[in-house]
Amino acid sequence: MSTTRREFLTGTANGRRSDLLTEAQAREIVEGILAMSSADDTSVSVSNSWTGNTRSAVNRITTAGEVTNTSVSISARFGQRQTSVSTNRLDDDSLRAAVDAAQAQARLSPENPELMPLLVAQEYAASAGFFDSTASLDPAKRGQVAAAAIAAAAEHGDLTAAGFLTATASASAVANSAGMFGYHRSTSVDYELTIRTADGTGSGWAGTADRDWSAINTRDQHARAVERALGSRNPRSLDPGDYPVVFTSEAVSDLLGLLSRSLSARSADEGRSAFSAKDGTKVGQKLLDEKFTLVSDPAGLGSAPYDSGGMPLQPETWFEGGVLRQLSYDRFWADKQGMRPTGGAGSLRMSGGTASLDELVRGLDRGLLVTRLWYIRSIDPRTILYTGLTRDGVFWVENGEIVRPVNNFRWNDSPLTAFASIEELGRPQRVTSSREVPPARLSSFQFSTVSEAV
Amino acid sequence: MMQRRDFVKQTAAVAGGIALAPRILRANGMPHPPSVVRSAPGIDPVLKDLLLLAIDAATSAGAQYVDARVELNLRQSVSTREDHVQGIRDSASEGIGVRAFVDGSWGFAATPELTREAVTGVAKTAAEVARANAAVERAPIRLAPVEALGEVTWTAPHEIDPFDVPVEDKAALLLELNAVAMAQEGVRFVSSSVSSFRTDKTLATSEGTIAAQRFMRVGPSMTITAVSSDRSRFQRRGAVVEPSGFGYEYVLKRMTADAVRVWADEAVQMLGADSVDAGTWDLALHPSHLWLTIHESIGHPTELDRALGYEANYAGTSFLAPPSEMLGKFRYGPDFMNIEGERTSAGGMASIGYDDEGVPAQLWPMIKDGIFVDYQTTREQVAWISDFTGRKNSHGCSYASSWSSIPFQRMPNMNLLPNADEDLSEDDVLTAMDRGIYLEGRNSYSIDQQRYNFQFSAQVAWEIRGGKKVRMLRDVAYQARTPDFWNSLAVIGGPSTYYVGGSLNDGKGQPGQSNAVSHGCPIALFRGINVLNTGR
Repeated sequence: MSTTRREFLTGTANGRRSDLLTEAQAREIVEGILAMSSADDTSVSVSNSWTGNTRSAVNRITTAGEVTNTSVSISARFGQRQTSVSTNRLDDDSLRAAVDAAQAQARLSPENPELMPLLVAQEYAASAGFFDSTASLDPAKRGQVAAAAIAAAAEHGDLTAAGFLTATASASAVANSAGMFGYHRSTSVDYELTIRTADGTGSGWAGTADRDWSAINTRDQHARAVERALGSRNPRSLDPGDYPVVFTSEAVSDLLGLLSRSLSARSADEGRSAFSAKDGTKVGQKLLDEKFTLVSDPAGLGSAPYDSGGMPLQPETWFEGGVLRQLSYDRFWADKQGMRPTGGAGSLRMSGGTASLDELVRGLDRGLLVTRLWYIRSIDPRTILYTGLTRDGVFWVENGEIVRPVNNFRWNDSPLTAFASIEELGRPQRVTSSREVPPARLSSFQFSTVSEAV
Repeated sequence: MMQRRDFVKQTAAVAGGIALAPRILRANGMPHPPSVVRSAPGIDPVLKDLLLLAIDAATSAGAQYVDARVELNLRQSVSTREDHVQGIRDSASEGIGVRAFVDGSWGFAATPELTREAVTGVAKTAAEVARANAAVERAPIRLAPVEALGEVTWTAPHEIDPFDVPVEDKAALLLELNAVAMAQEGVRFVSSSVSSFRTDKTLATSEGTIAAQRFMRVGPSMTITAVSSDRSRFQRRGAVVEPSGFGYEYVLKRMTADAVRVWADEAVQMLGADSVDAGTWDLALHPSHLWLTIHESIGHPTELDRALGYEANYAGTSFLAPPSEMLGKFRYGPDFMNIEGERTSAGGMASIGYDDEGVPAQLWPMIKDGIFVDYQTTREQVAWISDFTGRKNSHGCSYASSWSSIPFQRMPNMNLLPNADEDLSEDDVLTAMDRGIYLEGRNSYSIDQQRYNFQFSAQVAWEIRGGKKVRMLRDVAYQARTPDFWNSLAVIGGPSTYYVGGSLNDGKGQPGQSNAVSHGCPIALFRGINVLNTGR
């Protein structure tokens, strides 16, 4: 084993976050593996990560952990026969065993006509996704955040805090025997807090995410969760029905995810997608409100500038002014259809305006402010119809003012109808480390039954 | 359908015969890292040494209790569509996770490096993390007593280890079945796969138990899509077979050409099915559907940590709270409704020899004669309700999804017991319906964060008139409130209708962990349920 690799292995073994796999170490590991393989083609990926988390509930820290791991995935290929083997044992004997297993299985595998030729060396966009502020979130710092949330709850006497703070630093590389090599490192941090009232009638939630921990204001977040918990106590009953709504960025993001995962060109071409038309697809049609624009921006959001196969990911526009501009193509389907491969619709930015959530509420005559959607499941892929619930604060609004909290609801609706009924979009916010979404006011959303859960 | 008694009898015989089963299938060459080349089941002296080292190191760093697990997790998936293979993937992940209890607080740390230096380091880190948390700790934690077991072993009963079956055999089976589905007129697409899982887990606790166990799971799947000739409609038949804790013999038994012909026919028939009239209907639920309703509306609300607020930020809380007002008092359903929790059934995906705190597997009543009588518990949780249950010991529900996850309370197998008085058949149950709908197979499922309001749909829906299937329906979903739903249970099938379903990926916790769990149940009939039309 080389000195570089041994240093890397012993470094992460002790859980030191500063010892993430460097580009030079990644290159050495993948070159070592490629040299072991006698397959026609070999592809390798390496992923190294540290995760630290602290979880609280019932006003105390319940669990916390520090985990490091490194795994290697090896794909061996003979003609159109290929298999992948992954392992997290990185000594030479284990890696050789994994390479041998991948080769042995590949020779026995049936052919996969969809396998594309290996990519040669690629140019990748620069993507700055690594922040020391996140990589240095140790147990003591995380514990202080939990303590501050518990203290914020205690200020109001009868509140209970439950939260979760998780930070990840990771380095990954992709490479193959045709000379392709990509390396990326990034961090992400997620922080959520739920505050419940002792009488069980009120619950408030606030969440944030970023690649950079220093961009997160926990004090504001704690205050928001407390305010929603207190404000949601003793909800009044409201009948289900179609109501105008203001959705937080998090709620809009949930609907957006349902839409973005339905953008496969292959499904549409095969006639089994909401974007299938009788003789083709709905590309070019205006399907949503003109304020709806959706793009992928991997490098701008600090994500890896390539997909799992090393294909460069460019900015892509999916919807513009409500018009479906394109669907997503993997390399096989793009080649078959004579199109350009795009990769999947990830690292999303949905365009918005400048209004705050409060300003969107002020524009609502009569309707609901919804904090959060929950347990969302597909009902009908033909219309992207989903069901789900609301939770952690639903408020009745009249003349732009919150009048009272109301019960939760089950809803049955589709992002296609929701995003066709946009009245106004607010200022986009990070809702995950790789997604930016605005809050929205919609003219209608369909709530089907009452949920008495709090 | 196989009777439950026979099922248990047969698998018990299998368990006794493992060592004698001929290894007719050759090994497929999975990479076994040098440290894990060992004869399973058995306690590997190298691993035992590392685990004891971890316990010593954490104890020296101030821990009052420690448990440490070395796990090797193998996964393999073979996936196909129509006439070709789409992917064959194997993975092996090994490491050690150490949980330390210091001054009333938990800490956890994990590393893939199984060297003495790394194991010592990670054990100290676990104690340090616990100490960092102790600064804001309030409530002291009491662990329920458990017997020190010394060295024990357990292996899941199976005939064929799925990792002994060559991938080309798995691919050949799937492609052959795909061809059967594609031969049905109207079927345009079919995808299928077999996932295999095997875990070797060696646990050591600072209280004197070392347990080496081997778990196995298989997850066969197939989705058949029929598209109308003018491309205006498509229908899918999926979720055809439930995953299982048995070996590959289960895949061979359930994924057959005859079964595929039925599923393919159902996919095509659904294209021509009539849209349901929304309103109040009687529902007969086949076990392939009912298991998930049990999982969501009984399984999750009976998690004690959830009921007491420990999952408030993620999965939610439970309507079964506070325990003092629920235990022995809350009527879940009619007096012929009985639910057991267990980790002992052969083939059950949550079945074990010992849990991740060294507690032996057991079986206990959770709903007895319609009344809620007990929760799922770990050692830490016993004291929370012992005043109301009188119990001093854990039900053995501690589980971590891998070496890199902290153990916490997870669902055991939970089963609805069949009719004890009469072995009612499927026909007998349907005959009890004048106008109703019979649902098979799980589909969409959604339930609120306290487990009251739920909505489920199925793979196949039949309208029943005068006790007979008259036509297929589409766009069927039902919505109900958990206590109302279970109290509308009117007829329960006999042991001959008992069937085990389950999930390979049940999520809980932060960081999220996935566990696998089985639910057995008979066919059951519910009166007056609200049915929606989701076709719009």
